[in-house]
Amino acid sequence: MAILASHGLTKRFGGLVALNRLEITVAERSIHSIIGPNGAGKTTYFNCITGFYRADEGETHFAERAIDGMTPDKIAHLGIARTYQNIRLFSNMTVLENILVGMHYRLRVPWITAVFRTPAMLAEEESATAEARELLGFVGLTGRGDWLAKNLPYGEQRRLEVARALATRPRLLLLDEPTAGMNPRETIEMMGFIRRLRDELGITVLLIEHQMRVVMGISELVTVLDFGTKISEGTPGEVQADPRVIEAYLGTRKIAGGLPH
Amino acid sequence: MADSLRAGGGGRLAEAARVGLIWGLIALFFAIVGMVEAFAGRQIVVGVVSLGVALVAVTGLSAGYRASRWQKGSPIGPPLLRGAVAGAASGLVVSLLVVAGTGVNLRAMFVSASPELFGILSMGRGMAGAYIPTVGGAVLGLAGAAVSILASPRLRPLATGLAAVLAVGVFQELLQLLLAEGAVQSAVRALLFESEGLSPRGAAVVLAVGWTLAAVWRRRREGARDWYLTQGASRQRSIRLVAYLMIIAGVIVLPHFAGLFLSQVLVLVGLFALLGLGLNVVVGFAGLLDLGYVAFFAIGAYAVGLLTSVGEHGLLHLSFWVAAPIAMVVSLIAGVLLGIPVLRIRGDYLAIATLGFGEIIRVLVLSDFLRPWLGGSQGVLAIPRPMILGYEFAGPEQLFYLVVASCALVVVVAGRLRDSRLGRAWMAVREDEDVAEAMGINLVNIKLLAFGIGATFGGISGAIFAVMLGSVFPHSFQLLISINALALIIVGGMGSMPGVIVGSLVLVGLPELLREFAEFRFLVYGAALVVMMQVRPEGLWPAAALRRELHEANHVPGLLAPDGDGTGQQGAGA
Repeated sequence: MAILASHGLTKRFGGLVALNRLEITVAERSIHSIIGPNGAGKTTYFNCITGFYRADEGETHFAERAIDGMTPDKIAHLGIARTYQNIRLFSNMTVLENILVGMHYRLRVPWITAVFRTPAMLAEEESATAEARELLGFVGLTGRGDWLAKNLPYGEQRRLEVARALATRPRLLLLDEPTAGMNPRETIEMMGFIRRLRDELGITVLLIEHQMRVVMGISELVTVLDFGTKISEGTPGEVQADPRVIEAYLGTRKIAGGLPH
Repeated sequence: MADSLRAGGGGRLAEAARVGLIWGLIALFFAIVGMVEAFAGRQIVVGVVSLGVALVAVTGLSAGYRASRWQKGSPIGPPLLRGAVAGAASGLVVSLLVVAGTGVNLRAMFVSASPELFGILSMGRGMAGAYIPTVGGAVLGLAGAAVSILASPRLRPLATGLAAVLAVGVFQELLQLLLAEGAVQSAVRALLFESEGLSPRGAAVVLAVGWTLAAVWRRRREGARDWYLTQGASRQRSIRLVAYLMIIAGVIVLPHFAGLFLSQVLVLVGLFALLGLGLNVVVGFAGLLDLGYVAFFAIGAYAVGLLTSVGEHGLLHLSFWVAAPIAMVVSLIAGVLLGIPVLRIRGDYLAIATLGFGEIIRVLVLSDFLRPWLGGSQGVLAIPRPMILGYEFAGPEQLFYLVVASCALVVVVAGRLRDSRLGRAWMAVREDEDVAEAMGINLVNIKLLAFGIGATFGGISGAIFAVMLGSVFPHSFQLLISINALALIIVGGMGSMPGVIVGSLVLVGLPELLREFAEFRFLVYGAALVVMMQVRPEGLWPAAALRRELHEANHVPGLLAPDGDGTGQQGAGA
């Protein structure tokens, strides 16, 4: 069952074709990686799905609904959440507030009730705070609730960003290089964490990743992009053996045999 | 070895002299723009020091303080020497001015370089006293260096005492007036004041009292807080209740003691505080830089004017209590309408776009086209004072209550909104608009709510302004109002509501009380903003620090504390 399907997706920036008739299908409850050299269009694809960019051609369906042209907040309401390559937290807000912002659209009590502190509003705030603390526990940040987000160490900022995304109750989570800048131990922890997202919460994970160990370790399906075009797709083993992938990463002369001198 | 030492020491002395020269140039500036002479009329301590001299003295002190560069554990001789050198250098600049000014007539170029100025700077001795600023500067620089060496929290009560002397001295006229009647008051007055100002004896008394009180407060503060925290919840509530009642009682009796003039100043401070609190929602909470805020002040004022006026432009002759809520609704709608076109505009561009709105409204009310309804430049006249149960808000002493009540209402409403999910959404938009949207926040709603709620508060301020003057004119709604409101937010601390009130007291209240300042108002504004950005970018009463302080007692970052204590919002909102 496909939860996300893009057909013929094209995005141009002036003369540059960032995405070229891209076909991607993500199966529900899978862990799916997108890899490719720098500038291959991976993050552009994320920006298109989340409504931050509007694709020039093609269409994307999420859970059987066309999401092209929707605003980012509407798409988030449907159940797509993301993290960013360079962490983008609300750095001057507390850890707990960051998560509460993620829960914002699910809180239903009208804003005016806050002026009168109605029992309904207080009850909702209380249950939201409790849920946020639970999420903190899930990502291993118990006790950090009152810290300012910018004061967290790097690895914890990454996890907070995931927690904030989880707070929107996504069905599909887009992770943009979740292990960037992490040491090997942290990377392994992150891999385990991504598996837990799928196994315990039933969330589909689509991730952009550079570390091959991560890609090969956790993904069920790998899509390889180069210059905005899909050049290969398959299980980690299959794409690793695909000559086009090796060519994209290492250049043609390597394939022709012998190192250039 | 000795050579290198001397070179090093010489280099640092040269640097100290350079620092001193810079401060000297600042003193020179104060002198030739006329501030020193203008402020010299205000005696701090009669016959000892005036505000003008204090202004020059502060540059000497600062030069010494900045140049000393003392490091813990090192000998104190060199820093003191550097301080004295810097102070002397700054004084030297002033001395040269005295020499130049007495010898040559500088007034062709600098209108304020008058003989009176040189009299002040040379203590009345003219050319013969030209050495005085240099020597005085050296002494002050030494003192400045000493302060930097002694710099410890223990000096703070002394600073408080000195500040008290400054305040009592500068505002002596007002205080003498307040102490004019009653036996106790007369006794206090006789103790502190001579007819023309604070006497040296009075200054000593004020210093001693201020110093002692500040020292006692310093020592007892921690204890008082601990005592408060160990009380039960119900006891805490009753303590808070008593505190609130005392504040309310204080507010009720304040205009009675303050008199007409001070009440008028306080009403003005309150009106700007209201404006600042409203603009703070837009700029401080949601991060939308709005330079056209005066529009809503004008709309609130005109709405109340038109609805209540008994003159020719009056429409409905409503009572203020009916008109004010209507004015708020009108402002709210205007805020939302003006927000719509700028929804997609960000940052600097937003500031420029909103800048236009304030002008558009002013030009509209001035226009011939709307003259039949709005009165053009003649404005709307004959706006009656508000009445409630036979009590008339006739003058500043009565309007003060209205302003304070409105401020309190706005503070509560804005504070509760800030601590709600709407407030968090505003903050998220301020921090990173794109991410906020990706987290499911509807930017259109959130921004329009900020514009609308901010505009409503501005409308309240305008409504009170209209009944205060009894008339509204287009000329009251200059761009300057927007800039004042923004400046007091920045000086007070972006996003901080106590900061807005402090900022309003400083930027609106002080210039009213010190009429000499009025002439240099924009100079002081500009300088204050530059200095604030350099020295204390977070403002006089920053928002976040206070919130964190509330938590420091039971939460130390860096230690894994149980997450059971209240969240940031609940702690601050209580």
